[in-house]
Amino acid sequence: MKKTETIFDIRDIRVTFDTPDGEVEAVRGVNMHVNAGETVAVVGESGSGKSQIMMAAMGLLAANGRAEGSATYRGQELIGLPRDRLNRIRGARITMIFQEPMTSLDPLYTIGRQISEPLMVHGGLSASAARARALQLLELVHIPEPERRLKSYPHELSGGQRQRVMIAMALANNPDLLIADEPTTALDVTIQAEILGLLAELQRKLGMAILFITHDLAIVEAFADRVYVMQHGRVVEEGTTREIFTRPTKDYTRMLLAAEPEGRKPPVPESAPILLDANRVSVTFQAKGGLFSPGFELKAVREVTLSLRAGQTVGIVGESGSGKSTFGRALLQLLPCEGRVVYQGTPIHGLGRAAMRPYRRNLQMVFQDPYGSLSPRMTVGEIITEGLLVHEPQLSARERAQAATEALKEVGLDPAMRNRFPHEFSGGQRQRIAIARAVVLKPTVIVLDEPTSALDRSVQKQIIALLRRIQDAYDLSFIFISHDLAVVRALADYTIVMKAGQVVEEGATDEVFERPKSAYTRNLMEAAFNLKQVLSRQAEARA
Amino acid sequence: MTDLATNVSQPPAAGAAGRSLWATALMRLRRNKAAMASLVILLVYIFAGIFGPMLAPHDYARVYPDFVKVPASLEPYPRMDAVLPAAESTARRARLEARNIELDGNTLRLEATSRREIDPRVTRYFDRSDLFSNTHIVERSADGRSVLLESQVERYRFIFGTDANGRDLFARILISIRISLMIGALATGVALVIGVAYGATAGFLGGRIDNMMMRVVDILYALPFTFFAILLVVFFGRNVVLMFIAVGAVEWLDMARIVRGQTISLRRREFVQAAEALGVSAGGILRRHIIPNTLGPVIIYMTLLIPKVILLESFLSFLGLGVQEPLTSLGVLISEGARNMRAAPYMLLYPSLALTLLLFALNFLGDGLRDALDPKDR
Repeated sequence: MKKTETIFDIRDIRVTFDTPDGEVEAVRGVNMHVNAGETVAVVGESGSGKSQIMMAAMGLLAANGRAEGSATYRGQELIGLPRDRLNRIRGARITMIFQEPMTSLDPLYTIGRQISEPLMVHGGLSASAARARALQLLELVHIPEPERRLKSYPHELSGGQRQRVMIAMALANNPDLLIADEPTTALDVTIQAEILGLLAELQRKLGMAILFITHDLAIVEAFADRVYVMQHGRVVEEGTTREIFTRPTKDYTRMLLAAEPEGRKPPVPESAPILLDANRVSVTFQAKGGLFSPGFELKAVREVTLSLRAGQTVGIVGESGSGKSTFGRALLQLLPCEGRVVYQGTPIHGLGRAAMRPYRRNLQMVFQDPYGSLSPRMTVGEIITEGLLVHEPQLSARERAQAATEALKEVGLDPAMRNRFPHEFSGGQRQRIAIARAVVLKPTVIVLDEPTSALDRSVQKQIIALLRRIQDAYDLSFIFISHDLAVVRALADYTIVMKAGQVVEEGATDEVFERPKSAYTRNLMEAAFNLKQVLSRQAEARA
Repeated sequence: MTDLATNVSQPPAAGAAGRSLWATALMRLRRNKAAMASLVILLVYIFAGIFGPMLAPHDYARVYPDFVKVPASLEPYPRMDAVLPAAESTARRARLEARNIELDGNTLRLEATSRREIDPRVTRYFDRSDLFSNTHIVERSADGRSVLLESQVERYRFIFGTDANGRDLFARILISIRISLMIGALATGVALVIGVAYGATAGFLGGRIDNMMMRVVDILYALPFTFFAILLVVFFGRNVVLMFIAVGAVEWLDMARIVRGQTISLRRREFVQAAEALGVSAGGILRRHIIPNTLGPVIIYMTLLIPKVILLESFLSFLGLGVQEPLTSLGVLISEGARNMRAAPYMLLYPSLALTLLLFALNFLGDGLRDALDPKDR
């Protein structure tokens, strides 16, 4: 199986970007190579330049980017190659798939047309031959009902199916090398396992090499033969997967390997008072029918019951579309809901904006997207103290500034930064700001909606430590919503598993994670913690 | 407290103080040469509009009956060779016989005789003309039948010529720039205030209220603008204020639609939900979160709206529905120029050039601002 012929060779490549603040070196002299038929992973945290190397080699850099060095495909230099000659390799011999399958597909064309058009233009196939080939490709990537899917539009497909279509398109010309840039990051863990299994199967069948760019070490361990670890635009360590995972030599690699969230939260005593009690909460979205179309209802959350005790952290896990975020918002009355929600003995369901205001101070929320949840035109100080403007209007500007200073120190940021704007901060820092905004009001309950999902593992670890610290310091109760099981296991003492708006399983975190009762939970746990085993079982099943 | 803040060590990479999105946009704008040139031109126009009429050598309403439709020239009027015949004819009108006329710099000396005794008030014949002033009798013969008159020749520069009524075109262009800019700024301001408030409210409240508010906009859209303007003029007479109302009442509709669209997309953003979770009132969310974030597109639309409004005003003035004499606007001047195109082409040329340059500058600046404020490459 293993051949030693090098098909893709990168020598001393450098990528620089011209920005208003001067030149920024994204990649500073990287060497790597890919042999025929092997799987190579490039691992690094965001901003390590791992994607930009491939963009440079494929001539896809942004307009202000510049590449130096050499990238050769079977001896053919790619950098500086004129576009028409580059296109004979790019998209034919070397193909790419990206993270976001929705934006990579044109929403206006059917799947069949998007697959067959390049075959007709570049491959010179007739329309019917191209269509037959498209069908064959869809079968190859195991899309159910491929005949029907040819006529579907991208929005009719799920995220996993769209990624399968992207893979089918990438395979159309039998490439030598498939470059996969975080292809599973936007997908749920179970879908991720399926896609990875598919890639492994296709590799065996077609004998291509795969260059896999990812930040997720679990995938690397389960999937790759060799690994390059990148940091700050340089390769800090390289070796076989086994070497890297068993005997890492560099601190950075060790840090990445140890960045899995750890620690457990002890359960609170039964005697702790119940702060927030939700009884059979349902949320229904109604789409009003038009003149010719009947309206329809979508039950996003169906009769979910939850009670949160003082000092407790309840974790809600589930895949996308399970209604976990919707439930979190309904708890805080940010969405209209049915059922009872009681906060410290007072029913708060159905309260209007003004009636709800006094309770808002105690019930805070931190959102997933650290880029979207901070208003871009306000300074950090203004963002943090906005809640005080509402709940403590008697404070002077000076007192508010002082509160902002203290809150920033509390979350581990330099208080001098309070006059800056959110876009000047990294993702982790922004999430700290969002936490400071919630903490400044001294709430009793914080609903955390995927607060660590957009962050690198090492940053995640810091945020988890921060959340633990403020929970102890202020005696807070958390509702922690996440699809990331490892984080929930580390933070929550009680876990609820949701699927399609309903609770599938619930119990003490250890109980749910060690001895899952439902098949759904078991699948979820395996895909998250035992990826390697899942992949090898898939391979066996197909063999 | 501030001492404490400054004592904490600054991160090394962040030398500059917080740079807001506005500051980055300004930096991007500075690199756009066409936009910066337009900005300079615009500043010159604003200066000309505010101070020009005060500094101009002629009043925009002053009529020079002797200099009707004189072509644009850098040389002063009257021309030297025109002074002597003019003096002669004035003398004839005063029933004097000019015998010896000489011009010394700006001083005209004229020896005249008459068959009867000369009344000292003949000087008034001269002063009545625009050419001569301060006419006085220097010498008078004993019999009173011959005099030596001395008069100052008034010489005027009309660098852009004069119009059909003998008013200085340069001064009129300056005052029309003032009027056009004022209408542009005020009507745009009216459109901005109404449009932003209306659009943000409709978009934020959503549902039935939004539906109702936007249907009102649709109905107003259906109103034919020219007809509306004519109607207003017929009811209330010609008036600059009416122009603002007419133009502003129509132009806020686009603004409201733009702001509403922006608001709807902003409302779903997480920072708005975060504000709701903090308990911020609807007004606070609109004021602090929605409106500041719509300002980018609003400013772009505004810079493109000003030229549109100026053109609309010019159009109305061209039709004769605009400002009233002796005030004028670029549209009025162009309309007059068009009527006198054959005899006095400069009367069309200069106001048209002024308007074109202004519109170019505003449009280029608007384009530059759009590139600077929402760059796609971010």
